[in-house]
Amino acid sequence: MTTLHLSHLEQLEAEGIQIIREVVAQFEKPVMLFSIGKDSLAMLRLAEKAFAPGKLPFPLLHVNTTFKFKEMISFRNDFVKSRGHTLIEWINQEGVQSGITPFNAGTQRYTHVMKTEALKQALSHYGFDAAFGGARRDEEKSRAKERVFSFRDRFHTWDPKNQRPELWNLYNGRVAKGESIRVFPLSNWTELDVWLYVYKEQIPVVPLYFAKPRPVVNRNGTWIMVDDERMPLEPGETPEMRSVRFRTLGCYPLTGAVDSQATNLREVLEEMLRSRTSERQGRVIDYDEAGSMEQKKKEGYF
Amino acid sequence: MLHGEELDRVGIDGWLEGYQRKELLRILTCGSVDDGKSTLIGRLLHDSAGVFEDQLKALKKDTTRFGTTGEEIDFALLMDGLQAEREQGITIDVAYRYFSTPRRKFIVADTPGHEQYTRNMATGASTSDLAIILIDARKGVLAQTRRHAFICSLLGIKHVVIAVNKMDLVEYSQDVFEAIRRECSEFLGRLSIPDVHFIPMSARRGENVVGRSETMPWYQGAPLLDYLETVHIAGDRNTIDLRLPVQLVLRPNLDFRGFAGTIASGLLRKGDEIVALPSGRRALVKQVFVSGAEREEAGPGMAVTITLDREIDISRGDLIARPNNAPMLEHAVEAMVVWMNEAALAPGRQYLIQQCALQAPVAVTDLRYKIDVNTLKSENAEQLGLNEIGRIRMECAKPIGADPYVRNRQTGAFILIDRMTNATVGAGMILDRTPAEQSLDRERRSHDAGTNLSPHAGSVTPEQRAARVGQRPFTLWLTGLPRSGKSSLAHALERTLFERGLQSVVLDGESLRKGLSSDLGFSVRDRAEHVRRASELARLLNDHGQVVIAAFVSPTAEQRESARAVVGPERFLELHCNASLEACEKRDTTGFYARARSGEIANVTGVDTAYEPPTSPALALDTVGASIDANVARILALLESRLLIG
Repeated sequence: MTTLHLSHLEQLEAEGIQIIREVVAQFEKPVMLFSIGKDSLAMLRLAEKAFAPGKLPFPLLHVNTTFKFKEMISFRNDFVKSRGHTLIEWINQEGVQSGITPFNAGTQRYTHVMKTEALKQALSHYGFDAAFGGARRDEEKSRAKERVFSFRDRFHTWDPKNQRPELWNLYNGRVAKGESIRVFPLSNWTELDVWLYVYKEQIPVVPLYFAKPRPVVNRNGTWIMVDDERMPLEPGETPEMRSVRFRTLGCYPLTGAVDSQATNLREVLEEMLRSRTSERQGRVIDYDEAGSMEQKKKEGYF
Repeated sequence: MLHGEELDRVGIDGWLEGYQRKELLRILTCGSVDDGKSTLIGRLLHDSAGVFEDQLKALKKDTTRFGTTGEEIDFALLMDGLQAEREQGITIDVAYRYFSTPRRKFIVADTPGHEQYTRNMATGASTSDLAIILIDARKGVLAQTRRHAFICSLLGIKHVVIAVNKMDLVEYSQDVFEAIRRECSEFLGRLSIPDVHFIPMSARRGENVVGRSETMPWYQGAPLLDYLETVHIAGDRNTIDLRLPVQLVLRPNLDFRGFAGTIASGLLRKGDEIVALPSGRRALVKQVFVSGAEREEAGPGMAVTITLDREIDISRGDLIARPNNAPMLEHAVEAMVVWMNEAALAPGRQYLIQQCALQAPVAVTDLRYKIDVNTLKSENAEQLGLNEIGRIRMECAKPIGADPYVRNRQTGAFILIDRMTNATVGAGMILDRTPAEQSLDRERRSHDAGTNLSPHAGSVTPEQRAARVGQRPFTLWLTGLPRSGKSSLAHALERTLFERGLQSVVLDGESLRKGLSSDLGFSVRDRAEHVRRASELARLLNDHGQVVIAAFVSPTAEQRESARAVVGPERFLELHCNASLEACEKRDTTGFYARARSGEIANVTGVDTAYEPPTSPALALDTVGASIDANVARILALLESRLLIG
């Protein structure tokens, strides 16, 4: 006899599957954002389960800023191929042509052009009316009130004062032409839940999450990995090899590593349980100004 | 830090195993800005280590900028999310927070206590297992306390903690606490919350929140967190009534046809016989997939895909149940609604209903009353404004397989959507409407008319009578033009039902007019009275377990609607005998139409009085082209699909 009582992780899984199915039922052209991080991978696993034994009824979209870690891209290619998913890669070509980098434009402007603008371009180009994202409410204050179905106008912008009430598990996905929604199946998960799920489901993740000697420099108290030659070194700065890992993955110049000896998931989990800082600390993007995430979301960021 | 301590005790492997077994408890917190609610949650998060050091650092910075506590860390600031709101110093939406202890993981829905935000509270309550209602010990029970308790009860929350906060400001007085407890118990007794707990505390000082308080030795109960960790919620699940709303039909290849959805209640095993609603088709369960993996059985809350042993027509919005335990299919539903939009609800308006995976047009036909959430008194109302709560009756274009909300929080819930703006404008909870309650409604109406009736205690109920007769009573209401074939069909149907062992009674216009309605003519008023008598008679017969086949011209939608209301919408089926006027005239051998045409008789439907054909009959029967036998067969199929006959 199987147990008919759901643990919290199983409840979260069931909730996520229900959300994903609901979007497929209510929308014409959904897409799943695939950022290659652990949250994306957990979300993707939910989607696979939602439609098993069939395939995903939507493609994956990776918005490539061109400054992602090399290991992320190679992992992405192998993973998507092995699972038989359809992947769309989108790069903001205008941004590339303008020569913008995190180094010459500042993180805010760079993120806006290569992430937010790129995402909006991709959604408009393909006419996607619903986009799944792996964001969680526990990540950041302004996300705590985010709906599961987050309504966006035809400019892809978010109005925190004008979101639909969401009751029970009834999601109203009706949109007018040109409008869309962002959907967050992992809304109620915490960072720990995601890791536990990755552990329980034995989901392969990018090796950057595990400690290994990597070339890093220290900037403002954060270890930044020198992933390729595009990273300009300050005078007197030389990369040193340190055993580090990443708690979140993004653009390498904007993602801080932490000192760690944890080389597998079990050790990472133990380290995390004993840690006293939240994962977003490694992200440069939130610290630009108070309420910065809220501002970015209004502009169309995930 | 709790995780760290636990880790030292059980090691990482023990911890990982324990974590996977943790239960989930969803909590709603209600109270106003001043009750210290945000402080309480901030305290729970902090003391159970849900707050990280960097967040704490940010918090310290925020405290000096926005805080109201001076030197002490203002935990409330952890809770207020959006920047603009932080500056206003209030929380104006539902915010979700997460923390966990070795035993459970908690999701906290934080909602404001402002009068105008009933909407947000209902939203938070809809998914919560337990509610914490804060009371400021200095102020005691306020109107908002009643309001919060009422909304919790309305939204079906079974466990409530009354947190009497700021005990430090009333010198930890037991008398103050007891007085509040007494006052609460008085009005809580009138609500349907089975489990209520009272805890005296000081959130700001952390007393009786996570740890016990030294200052209130008179309080013998557990601190809040202990209670949250141990309150028994597994019993809240409904494992009896199988309800699987079909979200999607999965057809990855020609050999696989799966029905995907989340089990709202009940258990489902391989080999079980199921019935699909509204079609009424039955099949056996061939495979059960839970979260993508094949299993023997599944229970409430699981996301499943099932396959069946034969091809039956099922699509999104349908409901899978058991043949002997399926909800009634209703076109008309009575419900309590929380209104969430600036544009008021008024009878006559049309919306879209979303219930489980079903989306269909509905018309609100009646606003029975609204409730003053502060006094809990009901009052008449023309419309329901933003944040108001009232009882409505509505009619749906498609039949709804719904359970009363009190029995099923999934299939009994719905939202209403504005068809123009697509906004979610209302949240509803379907009410249990037993025939007994309908009679009460009528008695109330009769009472208004000056007659005073009260039901006799201990009398035999309609359910008991139906059980004695061994059939489900219902009324088939056949409407159509004169000579459209209503009576012939009614008698043929009676014969067929009789042969199947069912007792039924045919009521038709002609026979009634010879006796019961012999005093009535054919004026609009007399016709309405005629239909009223017929419906009352049908109701009586139904209440006594008899099936009624009523054949009446009943030319207006209004007459038929009132018949439906009198008989009870859940046992009333409207059938349209559809024959053109031309065909009826041709078929008429009595010279009835001819006399009408010549002006010899007046008020003949179709000739000088309009006939309004039903817009959504349970069946529209072609009584010209199709044979009586064919129409009888269609009616039988309908009755079988509604599970009215076996």
